[in-house]
Amino acid sequence: MTTSPTVENAAHSGRTARTDNWWASPLMVALGFLAFIIYATYRAFENNYYEVNQYLSPFYSPKLIFDWWHFSPALLILWVPAGFRATCYYYRKAYYRAYFLTPPACGVVGTQGSSYCGETKFPWVLQNLHRYFFYAAAIVLLILWYDAIISFKTPDGHFSVSLLSLVMVLNCVLLSGYTFGCHAYRHLCGGALNCFSSNEQAKTRFKVWQFVTRLNEHHMGWAWASLFSVGFTDFFVSQVARGNMGPIPFF
Amino acid sequence: MRKATLKVFRGDKNGGDYTKYEVPVEEGMVVLDAIHYIQAKDAPDLAVRWNCKAAKCGSCSAEVNGKPSLMCKTRMDRFEDGEEIQVQPVKTFPIIKDLVTDVSWNYEVNKKIKGFSPPQDDNEWIIYQEDIDRVQEFRKCIECFLCQDVCHVLRDHDRKDAFMGPRFLVRTAGLEMHPKDTANRMKYLKDEGHIGFCNITKCCSEVCPEDIHITDNAIIPLKERVVDEFYDPVAKIFKSIFGGKK
Amino acid sequence: MANYETHEHDVIVVGAGGAGLRAAIEVSAQGLSVGLVCKSLLGKAHTVMAEGGIAAALANVDPQDGWQTHFRDTMRGGKMLNNWRMAQLHAQEAPDRVRELERWGAVFDRTKDGRILQRAFGGHKWKRLCHVGDRTGLEMIRTLQDQGVHQGITVYMECTISKLLKDGDKISGAFGYFREDGRYVLFKTKAVVLATGGVGKIYSVTSNSWEYTSDGQGLAYEAGADLIDMEFVQFHPTGMVWPPGVRGLLVTEGVRGEGGILRNSKGERFMFKYLPEATKNDYAATEEEAKEWVEATIHGKKSEARRPPELSTRDNVARAIYIENKEGRGSPHGGVFLDISYQDSERVKKKLPSMYHQFKELADVDITEGPMEVGPTCHYIMGGIRVEADSAQTRVPGLFAAGECAGGMHGSNRLGGNSLSDLVVFGRRAGLGASTYAKSVSGQPSINDSDINLAIEELEAPFNREGKNPYDVAKHMNSIMDAYVGIFREQKDMETGVAKLEELKKDVANVAVKGGKAYNPGWHLCRDLKNMMVAAEAIARSALSRPESRGAHSRLDFPDTDNGKWSTVNTSVYKDGDEMKLEHTPLPVMPDELKELFEEKEKAHA
Ligand code: SF4
Ligand code: SF4
Ligand code: FES
Repeated sequence: MTTSPTVENAAHSGRTARTDNWWASPLMVALGFLAFIIYATYRAFENNYYEVNQYLSPFYSPKLIFDWWHFSPALLILWVPAGFRATCYYYRKAYYRAYFLTPPACGVVGTQGSSYCGETKFPWVLQNLHRYFFYAAAIVLLILWYDAIISFKTPDGHFSVSLLSLVMVLNCVLLSGYTFGCHAYRHLCGGALNCFSSNEQAKTRFKVWQFVTRLNEHHMGWAWASLFSVGFTDFFVSQVARGNMGPIPFF
Repeated sequence: MRKATLKVFRGDKNGGDYTKYEVPVEEGMVVLDAIHYIQAKDAPDLAVRWNCKAAKCGSCSAEVNGKPSLMCKTRMDRFEDGEEIQVQPVKTFPIIKDLVTDVSWNYEVNKKIKGFSPPQDDNEWIIYQEDIDRVQEFRKCIECFLCQDVCHVLRDHDRKDAFMGPRFLVRTAGLEMHPKDTANRMKYLKDEGHIGFCNITKCCSEVCPEDIHITDNAIIPLKERVVDEFYDPVAKIFKSIFGGKK
Repeated sequence: MANYETHEHDVIVVGAGGAGLRAAIEVSAQGLSVGLVCKSLLGKAHTVMAEGGIAAALANVDPQDGWQTHFRDTMRGGKMLNNWRMAQLHAQEAPDRVRELERWGAVFDRTKDGRILQRAFGGHKWKRLCHVGDRTGLEMIRTLQDQGVHQGITVYMECTISKLLKDGDKISGAFGYFREDGRYVLFKTKAVVLATGGVGKIYSVTSNSWEYTSDGQGLAYEAGADLIDMEFVQFHPTGMVWPPGVRGLLVTEGVRGEGGILRNSKGERFMFKYLPEATKNDYAATEEEAKEWVEATIHGKKSEARRPPELSTRDNVARAIYIENKEGRGSPHGGVFLDISYQDSERVKKKLPSMYHQFKELADVDITEGPMEVGPTCHYIMGGIRVEADSAQTRVPGLFAAGECAGGMHGSNRLGGNSLSDLVVFGRRAGLGASTYAKSVSGQPSINDSDINLAIEELEAPFNREGKNPYDVAKHMNSIMDAYVGIFREQKDMETGVAKLEELKKDVANVAVKGGKAYNPGWHLCRDLKNMMVAAEAIARSALSRPESRGAHSRLDFPDTDNGKWSTVNTSVYKDGDEMKLEHTPLPVMPDELKELFEEKEKAHA
């Protein structure tokens, strides 16, 4: 069997024959991520305005303050969510397309050549560690839930509902939807089974798997919504900490 | 009557060109009808592969305005008046003639997958519907090979030497998840089918005419199973202490 | 001498649908070498179009079922013209074949308790059709394909056989060409199994694909086998006739079951006029009553109202549509209007999802918005190559046939679901028969060089002469068959038809084509036409010779079914010199213990 020429053959030349705006979606993804990365990096290194009263920014939670660490505590924890997202099956798709052009869009030539070997070699082979990031991210998420819940208690021990607290809860909801819709978790919780009905344990795992599957179908939506909400929660906290605004309490 | 202009590739692997044909557009017409019209009126030797004309056999794969599609499922009213419609053979496989390509590579890949391996018993099989829902999705595949065509690993990087392609990951998933199958194809997936070449960019899922969630339901679950076997030392240790699953 | 490549196998199977694949698997399981030759790519055969299911008396859902009932239903459906032995083997072996498919990886829908689910279908007394949603045929093809591939059968794809070769009276080879580049190929073999499917392409409106050009029937006829029951062609009353893109595509009976109304161009609901006296009382007498029935059905209520007239039997509906058109009240494109759009569109979408999507996607017709134009579409041929029931051997030593191209199994009318089971039951038997035969042949039978030269000459002729465009000739053949040997037949028409076909033969013999041999569909059609001509003539002559209506053969001049002579003979045609000879041969006689199955039933009724 002869192999076909890679990019050009008798019937195909140029980047693509598509006539629609195929570049729009990778461009938007590229800009969206870029905006978030710039903001997050700035905030992570700022090492200030992340905590005010009972409110703690998700970028800095859990707060890890050690004598030997002279940089921003955010750096000690941010690798967890960052790693989780960087190895996430949805984000991989998005950034491979938007930044690595493998491929930029379907049926559009990006990079080419037979040296490509996908996720089989270092560093990409590390993507296979996604499940470990999932474990870590789930623990961090638990802590964020804790932060959100205690934010209803003012420093002087009163119960108070503020917009900022609600935002923190919403953020946790979105993060949970994202985290527990993870493809690796979907596999671990039940997808690994070949038979869902063989025993009671399998039946329970099947139920969990069904639920995770429902979340997983909208993984992209959860990913973007929670990315935005994390950034926004941090922004809100920082604004309150800077004294630009209050947490907007209702009672 | 509305007319459409089709720009159809005419030629073979040694070269060719695009020929324009005018086709009257009738109500409910699909691109394959237009091609048939050309065949009957202008070019009896225009080569095209088709069988069912009902999106059930997966023969009429081509690229219409750059999009891998079944010609019998691509309606003419999708195009603007006066828009030129370019019809190309699929890019990833060698051209035989006009719109027909040599897809035999796919059949060779298929042969290498270990077939269905049930236990040798004579009992009637009791299998519940929920245990085969996943497998039935994969078995909807009509082997149109559009996913193989669009996959950049095969299309732009030409790694047919190493990568089995989405269609056969779908088939393998259907075998691996079958409640009665006893074989293990993980080593094959990793070292010969090279599932790792897939970077889950999802073009296969985008073009699949059967709406199989190729990436989410077949490839990623298989990748995770490969992780179980080869990239998860903790689980391995855990398993060797507490006994395996299944 | 011209160039050709040569391959040698113990058995050659022509056709890779359900029957061909099953035959090839069997030959290979017998330890012989088998070559599977198919006109398209592997796995694209027409079998993928089968939706309903595969009939087998597994009795998973209705425990009362058994092979005897299945046998009886099949014989009754075929109006007792079936080869009883085939019907018996079919009913007895179908369950095993289904279980075997499951063992090979087919994933059937399940019952609540985890067994293979079965659904009801027209003509089957019990719930009998094992299925996978509405894509049972695809499941079967894929299962057999993979099983065959892993068993190591050799497949020759996109390869067409144009001639069977014989050594004396025995099969010795097959000659053909590859579509890809037109190169020739000779298969040396001891036995050939034909499994090429049907003949639908001789009619203009058909649910069949381009492959259905009577190849097996034509090859066998040329090689000296006889074709039986060719007058029995099943037409489905409601196929789409417009838009052209979906011409012939089936509109399921379910549309009428849900309350679809048939109207002519004047807007009249004509079916009321066509109810036969005998069953008239089972149907609604007025539009109001029909409407009441539909309302009651929709809301699951009880009602005294009788069924709408659209739910009359298939042949009757087809006849009504035919007459409306003949009398000038048809729709613009030669059908009538079928309308379900008066109902709530959400309900229609929910009740008929695949119909809705099929038309929306493939044809841009929204069946909830307006009526469909429908008319009879050619669907299946019951007749075909005559075979011996147990071994599937034709009267030519070494030539076997199975599936739609073989005749006898379905008599004058086929039940839904019986075709998929037919494929695997007789596919296996043909494979077995061919293997046993091939083992008994010592040495490779010889091939005559002059036969090969003749075959090549015949194939190349269209390039070297002036003549008609094959597409035009095919169209002409379609119009003759539509007009004179269509769904309703009359002596005078058929005589005209036979005469016109006789004339058309000259055009067929002289079709010409331009271009090269590489993937040239026009050239392929030239060869197909020859086979189509055999089927067309066989159908016309057989139909003319049977002065009665039976099953799918409806004569306007002989509307009744004859209980005398015509219930005891098959029509058989075969090649005699350059002429088609026709004979009526006696039906095989059913043994008494099987006859009792029918008597018992009658007693129970009395
Ligand atoms: S998701 Fe993987 S298999 Fe599918 S097209 Fe992308 S790289 Fe190819
Ligand atoms: S998985 Fe989908 S796109 Fe790929 S061959 Fe099958 S039907 Fe075609
Ligand atoms: S012709 Fe069968 S899928 Fe298009």
